[in-house]
Amino acid sequence: MKPEVKEALIAKLTALADDEVILAQRNSEWVGHAPILEEDIALANLTQDELGHAQIWYGLRQALDGADPDRLVFFREASEFRNAELLELPRGDWAFTMLRQFLFDLYESLWLEAAQRSLYPPLAQAAGKILREERFHLQHSRAWVERLGLGTEESHRRLQEALDFQWGYAQQLFVPIPGEALLVAEGLLPDLETVKARWLEYATQRLQQSGLKLPINPGYQPADRSHHTEHLWSLLAEMQSTARWDPQAQVW
Amino acid sequence: MTALPTSQELWDALARIPDPEIPVVGVVEMGIVREVVVEGRKATIRMTPTFSGCPALHLIRAQLEATARALGFEEVVVETVLSPPWTTDWITPEAKERLRQYGIAPPGPASGVPLEAAPTPCPHCGSLNTSLKNAFGPTLCKAIYVCNACQEPFERFKAL
Repeated sequence: MKPEVKEALIAKLTALADDEVILAQRNSEWVGHAPILEEDIALANLTQDELGHAQIWYGLRQALDGADPDRLVFFREASEFRNAELLELPRGDWAFTMLRQFLFDLYESLWLEAAQRSLYPPLAQAAGKILREERFHLQHSRAWVERLGLGTEESHRRLQEALDFQWGYAQQLFVPIPGEALLVAEGLLPDLETVKARWLEYATQRLQQSGLKLPINPGYQPADRSHHTEHLWSLLAEMQSTARWDPQAQVW
Repeated sequence: MTALPTSQELWDALARIPDPEIPVVGVVEMGIVREVVVEGRKATIRMTPTFSGCPALHLIRAQLEATARALGFEEVVVETVLSPPWTTDWITPEAKERLRQYGIAPPGPASGVPLEAAPTPCPHCGSLNTSLKNAFGPTLCKAIYVCNACQEPFERFKAL
């Protein structure tokens, strides 16, 4: 593998893993607090799945540069994380959490589907594995978007507010990272523009069927994954505190 | 010097390892162990994760290694393979029956496109009058149902 390809691939795998780990951390905040017991369990499941997927992506990176996944997760500073800003936003209310899950699940499913054709076999195989599990996620979040959108006046209002706020943030999922064009040209990654076109079509259809209006003004659209909102700092402070308190700990 | 263990002996020993979360079935009949390669006193075991976030994976990996060592292998490598991805279709019919007896409804077929999802029979009374309560359960691989006939809640292995 050419050094510049390897470097870009490491960066992409890190971004994929960081997305999963940050969303998992946000969703885990609902455990013990979800509106009903069934959803408490569902959120715990989603979180555990996302952490499993993060482990796969960090594992692929480790195979390339030897980086220890635990060091990456627990000892990097906020400015070194490459997750999309959408995923670090505070969990908000139930509508906010479920809408974010839907927008992300849909992006992830479509991206993974395309990534199964990657010419880098470890990535293609990982995509196939993760995609099978993601099916349950999208079914779940899609049902909640419909339920809240077509539910009561209040649930509809809250979901619409979440959409107005998140729509611009969600577009960052389709902004290529530096070096991504090279990986696409080498056949290692799917083209994000193609994935975005499918995402837009499906998301628009689903959201409108759920009685929502797409925002006319898309709002703030982050681009660079090395920039973050202030919320990532407090998220990491909580997530990393135990590991940093005793970095030598061998047994948890 | 004792005789070199054969690959069949290794398979037999691995087949006796119970699944850490559902001890009535073994890790081999669950389809988790994919391949075993024996070269003298070195054993390579290829396993595939069920759900990638399953917390039992670490334990399964450790047990595979310990079992091979106990058999006399000096070098044991446990490799994780992701392709082809694990499917519940690999669970043997005998293991599915034991899941049912244990109170966990076995998974339906994961491949193929059924025209209509078949109803899930209650593992306790056999009634088909059951309802899905939650697509997510106490572990990643199970959903929660309730039987409307005998009123018992039960878990079902998800078809993956």
